[in-house]
Amino acid sequence: MREAITNLPWKLPDAGRLKTLVARIKETSRLMVGIPDYDRYVEHMSANHPEQPIMSYREFFDNRQQARYGKGMKRCC
Amino acid sequence: MNALSKLLWVGIAVLGAIALAIVALSRGEMINSVWLVAAAICTYLIAYRFYGLFIGHTVMQVDANRTTPAYRHNDGLDYVPTNRYVLFGHHFAAIAGAGPLVGPVLAAQMGYLPGTLWILAGVVFAGAVQDSLVLFLSTRRDGRSLGEIIRSEMGATAGGIALIGVFLIMIIILAVLALVVVKALAGSPWGAFTVMATIPIAIFMGLYLRFIRPGKIGEMSIIGFVLLMTALIYGRSIAESPTIAPYFNYSGEMLAIMLISYGFVASVLPVWLLLAPRDYLSTFLKIGAIGALALGILFVMPPLKMAAVTRFIDGTGPVFSGALFPFLFITIACGAVSGFHALISSGTTPKMIENETQIPFIGYGGMLMESFVAIMAMVAASVIEPGVYFAMNSPSGLIGTDAASAAAKIGSWGFVVTPDMLTETARNVGETTILSRAGGAPTLAVGMAEIFSNVLGGKALMGFWYHFAILFEALFILTAVDAGTRACRFMVQDMIGAAVPRFRNTESWSNNLLATTIAVSMWGYILYTGVVDPLGGINTLWPLFGISNQMLAGIALVTCTVVLFKMKREKYAWVAALPALWLLVCTLTAGLQKVFHDDPAIGFLSHASRFGDALAQGKVLAPAKNIDQMRQIVFNDYVDATLAFVFVLVVVCIFVLGLLEIRRARANDRPTVREIGAEHAGLAHA
Repeated sequence: MREAITNLPWKLPDAGRLKTLVARIKETSRLMVGIPDYDRYVEHMSANHPEQPIMSYREFFDNRQQARYGKGMKRCC
Repeated sequence: MNALSKLLWVGIAVLGAIALAIVALSRGEMINSVWLVAAAICTYLIAYRFYGLFIGHTVMQVDANRTTPAYRHNDGLDYVPTNRYVLFGHHFAAIAGAGPLVGPVLAAQMGYLPGTLWILAGVVFAGAVQDSLVLFLSTRRDGRSLGEIIRSEMGATAGGIALIGVFLIMIIILAVLALVVVKALAGSPWGAFTVMATIPIAIFMGLYLRFIRPGKIGEMSIIGFVLLMTALIYGRSIAESPTIAPYFNYSGEMLAIMLISYGFVASVLPVWLLLAPRDYLSTFLKIGAIGALALGILFVMPPLKMAAVTRFIDGTGPVFSGALFPFLFITIACGAVSGFHALISSGTTPKMIENETQIPFIGYGGMLMESFVAIMAMVAASVIEPGVYFAMNSPSGLIGTDAASAAAKIGSWGFVVTPDMLTETARNVGETTILSRAGGAPTLAVGMAEIFSNVLGGKALMGFWYHFAILFEALFILTAVDAGTRACRFMVQDMIGAAVPRFRNTESWSNNLLATTIAVSMWGYILYTGVVDPLGGINTLWPLFGISNQMLAGIALVTCTVVLFKMKREKYAWVAALPALWLLVCTLTAGLQKVFHDDPAIGFLSHASRFGDALAQGKVLAPAKNIDQMRQIVFNDYVDATLAFVFVLVVVCIFVLGLLEIRRARANDRPTVREIGAEHAGLAHA
């Protein structure tokens, strides 16, 4: 029986997968309104540009908000 | 492919064929909307698997080992490698707007079949092809915009012409979208109150997000949503109160002036105060409402009351004038092929793609999703009584302004409807009248109210659902109006700045105010002419919008064709060249007919000369009430004719420049594209 379940073409959801799913939905909703993932930004900056200052979440948020409504149309009619 | 998946695809093909046959061949008896939905979904699955992936692997030859801009320029801000499902959601939210909801509703006057077939064929062979190819071009060029790609691959002249085209399409889009809101809110205290309430709600959300709980989008959106629903429910009491209702009862002209002033103020204010918070609300509401509509259709499975094909395919229809070819293909742009997507596909999405192999899923797949929204709009328009549909979408110049005259006129077209049915429908949705509310939103709202009230609330909640649908459309149209006005302002600054460099400075308040004034007065003027237009505006302006949108798609597909030739992939250039040719034929025929057609209902010039002749004899033709209005109508006709003609010119110029560029590419025996990041891919640089 156990084997039959693991042989399904899809995996049954477990706690870890559900957590990833929720995180992805959150990330998608925020990206829909133009705010990318802050943790990934911090990770990227500390890994690649440790000498540069890292924006606080608030600065990051303002920066992205301004960028979304600058030049160019970011959404369709 | 193994045997099991072969069997699966055969199954999908058979189901799709049966569904399409039922949709296309049934005559006389009502069919269930489920067949329409099934036909669409099977078409999408097969198109993606066999055409979308073919374009990706064989035409583009996506390279899994090539570094994408998201990695090359990773900055954690604009360029971020993003999970493909997350990016799909982002891309879909950016491309799906009011367009796919309005066009199919207008096209339903010819019956559900012609529109549905065009939506399906258009998306598979043109729309999704354009979106994915442009996404591919931009991903290979550091996420550059369509304008920059045209300039580098086709020269500065083509780039300049395309820029003018993009500017004009923005102006027309803003005017037409604002007109949709005016049509929905005129004489509707409930709707006007709710939509106006979104302004203080958004400002509160903006302050909350900046000072009280910085950056907490989730909780702020929930608070905003609750406030919005409160305003929506309270709106009914406003509409029913004899003392307060008159304060929210506006004529079309008043609403137009309010919208124009609003567009000006909102686009000059700091974005965090009004624009951004309302954008958050409208984006989430839009995705939610689209999802709810899909669930509603699946649960209720409403029958389609509209005929498959109506007599109006001959071009005499009241909603828009002109025969099936070319005007059906102009009326439904978004959902089948939308040039505007070329701007989105060369915007933020290419900067976030993890791997080139994901381009078909996001570009082609995203457009299939939008097309599905258009199919749902077609279903919503077709589940209401055809008589009610025509009462809502025909101009008052044709059907008069009371239920009795409307019912009589619509009856003479062969659609059974009684005056009681019209007043009853209006009462059910909490309005005094539903006559001549063209523009898609109200019809869709009645359709959605019809579907939703079957699930929850019955007749009692129909008014709530109707105004919910109006609210959600108005909300994201208003967001498009201020975001679009801002974008236009920057374009104005760029264009004038080419001559007067000082004007480019976006920090300067005088530049800001002047450029905004120019942008607002351009779309505001067109909006106002639409509101006072005897044929109700939508009838005149929607075709112009469709032509401009298809024009942009033509430009984008010509660019893709040129690039395929420059890549030495001319063997596959037909993938982009065939839809480009089709759009050329459609936009040229429609554009020239709009200018020169003998029928004053179609051709701007013959309309102008009819009114001009009467004017010369000192006569006043309805709906003008005096000589001044007569002059105004003639003048507006010339403005519209000029616009349509400019669109035709833009398309022709780009085609000629494209052909020259293709000849040059063929004369060269090596690839001449200007891609970025081809180090290991072995592609030559020009």
